[in-house]
Amino acid sequence: MKIYVPLDSAAVALGADAVAEAIVTEAARRGVTIELVRNGSHGMVWLEPLVEIATDAGRIGIGPMTVADVPALFGGIARHPKALGLVENLPWMKGQTRLTFARVGVIDPLSLADYRAHGGMVGLDRAKAMSKAEIVAEVTESGLRGRGGAGFPTGIKWKTVSEAPGERKYIVCNADEGDSATFADRMLMEGDPFTLIEGMAIAGLATGAAKGFVYIRSEYPVAIRIMEAAVRLAREAAILGAQFDIEIRVGAGAYVCGEETSLLNSLEGKRGVVRAKPPLPALEGFMGKPTVVNNVISLASVPVILAKGAAHYKDFGLGRSRGTIPLQIAGNVRFGGLYETAFGLTLGQIVDDIAGGTATGRPVKAVQVGGPLGAYHPRSDFATPFGYEEFAGQGGLIGHAGLTIFDDSADMLAQARFAMEFCAIESCGKCTPCRIGAVRGVETIDRIAKGDAAAIPLLTDLCSTMKSGSLCALGGFTPYPVLSALTHFPDDFTPAKEAAE
Amino acid sequence: MKDFIIPDRDFGTPAAKSKRMVTLTIDGFDVTVPEGTSIMRAAAEAGIQVPKLCATDSVDAFGSCRLCLVEIEGRNGTPASCTTPVAPGLKVQTQNARLKQLRRGVMELYISDHPLDCLTCSANGDCELQDMAGAVGLRDVRYDAVDTHFKVKNTSGEANPLYIPRDDSNPYFSYDPQKCIVCSRCVRACEEVQGTFALTIEGRGFDSRVSFGAKTDDALASDCVSCGACVAACPTATLQEKSIVEIGTPSHSVITTCAYCGVGCSFKAEMRGDELVRMTPYKHGKANRGHSCVKGRFAYGYASHKDRILKPMIREAISDPWQEVSWAEAMEFAAAKMKGIQTKYGRNSVGVITSSRCTNEETYLVQKLTRAVFMNNNTDTCARVCHSPTGYGLGQTFGTSAGTQDFDSVEEADVIMVIGANPSAAHPVFASRMKKRLRKGAQLIVVDPRRTETVEGPHYKAAHHLALTPGTNVAVVSAIAHVIVTEGLFDEAFIRERCDWDEFQDYAEFIAAPNHSPEAVEILTGVPAEEVRKAARLYATGGNAAIYYGLGVTEHSQGSTTVIGIANLAMLTGNVGRRGVGVNPLRGQNNVQGSCDMGSFPHELPGYRHVKNPDVRAIYENLWGVTIEACTARVRTSCNPIPTRTTSRRGWRRWNV
Repeated sequence: MKIYVPLDSAAVALGADAVAEAIVTEAARRGVTIELVRNGSHGMVWLEPLVEIATDAGRIGIGPMTVADVPALFGGIARHPKALGLVENLPWMKGQTRLTFARVGVIDPLSLADYRAHGGMVGLDRAKAMSKAEIVAEVTESGLRGRGGAGFPTGIKWKTVSEAPGERKYIVCNADEGDSATFADRMLMEGDPFTLIEGMAIAGLATGAAKGFVYIRSEYPVAIRIMEAAVRLAREAAILGAQFDIEIRVGAGAYVCGEETSLLNSLEGKRGVVRAKPPLPALEGFMGKPTVVNNVISLASVPVILAKGAAHYKDFGLGRSRGTIPLQIAGNVRFGGLYETAFGLTLGQIVDDIAGGTATGRPVKAVQVGGPLGAYHPRSDFATPFGYEEFAGQGGLIGHAGLTIFDDSADMLAQARFAMEFCAIESCGKCTPCRIGAVRGVETIDRIAKGDAAAIPLLTDLCSTMKSGSLCALGGFTPYPVLSALTHFPDDFTPAKEAAE
Repeated sequence: MKDFIIPDRDFGTPAAKSKRMVTLTIDGFDVTVPEGTSIMRAAAEAGIQVPKLCATDSVDAFGSCRLCLVEIEGRNGTPASCTTPVAPGLKVQTQNARLKQLRRGVMELYISDHPLDCLTCSANGDCELQDMAGAVGLRDVRYDAVDTHFKVKNTSGEANPLYIPRDDSNPYFSYDPQKCIVCSRCVRACEEVQGTFALTIEGRGFDSRVSFGAKTDDALASDCVSCGACVAACPTATLQEKSIVEIGTPSHSVITTCAYCGVGCSFKAEMRGDELVRMTPYKHGKANRGHSCVKGRFAYGYASHKDRILKPMIREAISDPWQEVSWAEAMEFAAAKMKGIQTKYGRNSVGVITSSRCTNEETYLVQKLTRAVFMNNNTDTCARVCHSPTGYGLGQTFGTSAGTQDFDSVEEADVIMVIGANPSAAHPVFASRMKKRLRKGAQLIVVDPRRTETVEGPHYKAAHHLALTPGTNVAVVSAIAHVIVTEGLFDEAFIRERCDWDEFQDYAEFIAAPNHSPEAVEILTGVPAEEVRKAARLYATGGNAAIYYGLGVTEHSQGSTTVIGIANLAMLTGNVGRRGVGVNPLRGQNNVQGSCDMGSFPHELPGYRHVKNPDVRAIYENLWGVTIEACTARVRTSCNPIPTRTTSRRGWRRWNV
C-alpha cells in the first residue's frame, strides 16, 4: 500500500505530520505494510492535508485529513467519508496547464529516480548537447520573463551574462519569497527541488557560470532542508560538481533582500541595502562578477522549455506574456492555493470561477494582485486578462502572481496604511523617499482617518515622490496599493464616521 | 563668505580615468567627458550644478538622496545622475517641472525630520542641506511629523526612543545624530578614503543612524583614528569640528603644507581674523588629494601655542636670560657674532643646519648664506640623519637621489613592497591611499621585523610578510635579487635599453652566487626561503611593482647598500620609469627632497652638483659674485660622504634616463 502525505509547509501547518505519524502507527497496529511517501502539495490548500493512496486506477485523494480520519483509510478507500476520487480528475487539477509544476505533488521530492521517471533531466541532457548561444536563444525564443515580478526577458538577461567578459560568473536564485500571499517558490522547492537544480545547471551551461547560489528566506525551514538534501543527492549523482555546483544560503529575515541587489549584498555578507543600478548585476553582480539573478519560478520553468522546446512553451499565453504562470490565490477566498495556467485568464475568471469567491460568502470588494506592493483592483477591473502589460495598463502589476482577495467588509484606508507601514518596517533605509516617506505616509493616512481632507493631496504628492524617486521597487511600488485604494475606494478615505452621524 | 570656505567645486563623483571620450547633451549643451564619468560630473564640468546631498567627489556614487534625478530622452523614469554613467548622444535634462516637483518632495521629507535651528547651528552658512532646500525652492513642510529623530520628547511627553543625544567623546569633533540625514557620506569616507571602517549604519529603515561600531559604542571607544575624513564629508552639522562649534565659521583661508610627517599634505588653514579655526585638507594637494590624518587635521595647537617664539630674542651667554629685541637689532647682533667667531677662529668655525620642514626658498637661501657669506660649505640638513643613504644610494644607481614617483602613482601599482616602514602609523595619508589600492586587488609584500597594521588591516592582507631579523636588510634584498636573476625573471630588454648590460652581467654573476640564495641566508635573516622566493616572483611578475621604504632601511649601518639593492630590484625587473612602479623613499619630513635639491648638503650645490667640480662652482660664483670653497670642512663631514661600506661591484650603477 503506497500512501502519499505531503511534507509541504502549508499541509504541515494543517496537520500533515500528525496524520503521517498516525498512518504509520495504524499500519503497524494492523500489521499492514505500507510505503509512505512525503510528497509536495498539489496546491489545493483547502483540502490539505490531502492524503493520496495509489491504486491501479490512479491516485485517490482523501482530505482534508485529520488523525481521526486515519483508521478509515484501511477499510476500503472508496468508502472513506473524505474520499475525493482521482486527484487528477478534480476540477482544480483538470483546469490547469502544469508545465513548471508538473511534478509538484506527484513525485517524491528527493527521489532522483522518480524525478527522471516523470521527465526530469531531459532539458539538461538536451542543453549539454547545445552551445551556450543555442541555449540562450531557446530561452529567449520561449518568451520566458522574470517571474519574480519585474518581467524582464530571461533569455536577454542570460545573453548579457553569457557575453559579458569575466572568468567567473554566477547564477543566483532568488528564493527570498517575502511577498504576503505568495508561495509558489516554496511549493516548488519543497515539492520538486531537482527542477530548480536542473534549471540552474542549464543557466550555468548557457552563461559559463560554474557556481550557483539559492538564497532562501529563513522562514522556509522545510524548503531549506529539502533543497540542501537535493543538492547533496545531485552531487552524489554527478549532476552537480566541478562543472557547476550549487550552494544553499539562508537569509536573515529582511524582506528587502528579495530585491536582487540587496540580495547580492546579503550574499556577500554585507548589509542588505539596495545597490544603485547601473551597474546591472548581469555585468557586475555577486562579488562584482557577471551574475544571473533569477526567481525560482523563472529558473524552474527552464527545464520544460529545453525539454519540450521553446515553441511548446511559447504557444501558451497572450500578448508578450508567454507560457504559464503559477497563480497563488489567498486571502478571504473559498478555494485558495496554487493554480498554474497559461497567461490570459481574466481577473474575474480567476477570482469568481477558480477561487469561488470569498470564504465568507460576501461580495468581493477588492483583489490585491502582486503581493504587498501590488495594486488593489475593484470588480470593475475584473475583465483584465492576466498578463504583464495588461495589468500595467490598469495601474497595477502582476508581480509574483499572488492574489489576495477581500470581501466588502475590508477597510481600504486601513489597507493603504498597512502598505505604508509595511514599507516603513521593511525599508532598508538607504534612499530618502522610502526611508522617511513611508513613515510620513502612515502619519498622513492617520490624519486622513481623523478627517483631515487636506492631507489627501499631500498623500498623493508623497506617493508621486516615492514612485519616481525611490531607489528600488519597495519604495517605488508602495504607492500602487495606496493610490489604488484611494482611487477606487474614495469613500473609505472620507470622514465616514462624521458623515454617518 | 561661503566662497572663501568652499572655493573647491564638488563635482559629485570621482573623475573617470578612461582615455575614451564621450559626448552627450545636457540641458542643450554638448559636453565631452571621459567614458565612465557620471552624468552629474559631466553636468558639473559644463557648469551645471545638479542638486545633490549624498554625492561628493571623494567617494563613489551611492544614489541614496534622490535629489539629483534627471530625465534622459528615450529612457524610462528619472535616473539618478550620480549613478548613471554618460553614454554617447544622451540627451539629458536636469531641470524641468517634473524634476522640480520631485526634488521638492524629497527635500520636504528631509526637512520633516530635521531640527530647524539653523540660526544657532554651527553649520549655518556651511550646510549643504540648507543650500539644497534653497536650491529646490522648498517653501513649506506640510507633514505633521510624529516620528522624528530630533524631538527629545514625543507628543505625549514621553522620551522619544529615536532621539540619540550628541556624542562629544571625541576630543576634536562631535557627532549629533538628530541632524543626520543618513547620506552615508561619512561611512563611505571612512571606508573608501581612510580605510578604517570605523563607521557603519545601525538599524534599518527610519531607524537607520550613523554609528561608531555597535550602538553602544561612542566615537572615542570605536576604531576611529580621528582622521577627519567623515567630518569633511558630512554635508550638515552632524559631524562637526568642535573648534567650529566654539569659534564659529571661518572668514578666509590660507593654503599651507602640514608640518608633521614626510607626506607633506596640503591644508587650508581656515581663519577668522588671525585666529585659526580649523585645518581642512586641501582637495588639490598632490600628496593628499583632500585627505588628512589626525595630526595635520586636528593637532594644530602649535599654531598658537604659548611657547611659540614670536619675536626675535638674543643673549650674550647661555647663562643669560633671553632678551626680546627688534629685528634690526637681532640681525646686527647675529651678523656681528658670526663674523667675530670667524675672525677669531677661522672661516670654518661657523656652520648651519636647516630643517627639512623648511621651504625650498628658505633652504636655498641658507646654503647660499653659508657659501656666499660665511664662505664655507658648512651647511647641512636634518635629512642627513634619515635619508642620506637614499641620497647616496639612488644617486649612485639612478644618477639622481630623488624618489622616482609622486604619491598618485600608488593608484596604479599592482604589487606594493613596503620595506622597513609602517606607513599606517608614520605616513598615514599615504597609507590610506595605498590601502585603497590594496582593497582594489593590488598585492602587498611587507619586509619588516614587526607585524604592524601595514601587514594586515580591514580588507587587506600582505601576500608575504618577510619578518626578517633586524640588521639583515641587505641579505633579504640580495636574496630577492638572487631569485629574480637565477630564475630568469629579470627584464632583459629593459636592462639592455635602459641600464648597462656589461655591468649587469658582472652583477648577475655576483648575486647568483649560492651564498646569496634565500636558502643560504635563511639562518641569518630568519625568513623562510620559500617565502622570499614567492615574494621575489610576485614582485618580478605581478604587473606594476612599486617599492616604498622607510627608516627601517636607511637608519642602519648598511642603509646605502640596501637602497642600492632596492634600486637594483627595480632596474632588474623594469619597474622604474612609468606610473605605478618605482623606488619610493618614505621621508621623515615633508621637504626632505626639497632641502636636498636646494643644496643643503655640504658637498652639493643646488641640483646635486658636486662642490669639487670647478665648472659647477663657476656657475654659482658668477651668479653670486663670490669665490666658493672647493672642499667641505673636515670638522663636519667627509668630502666623500659615503656613510657605509659599498663597492662599485654591488652598485651596478647608472640608469640612463
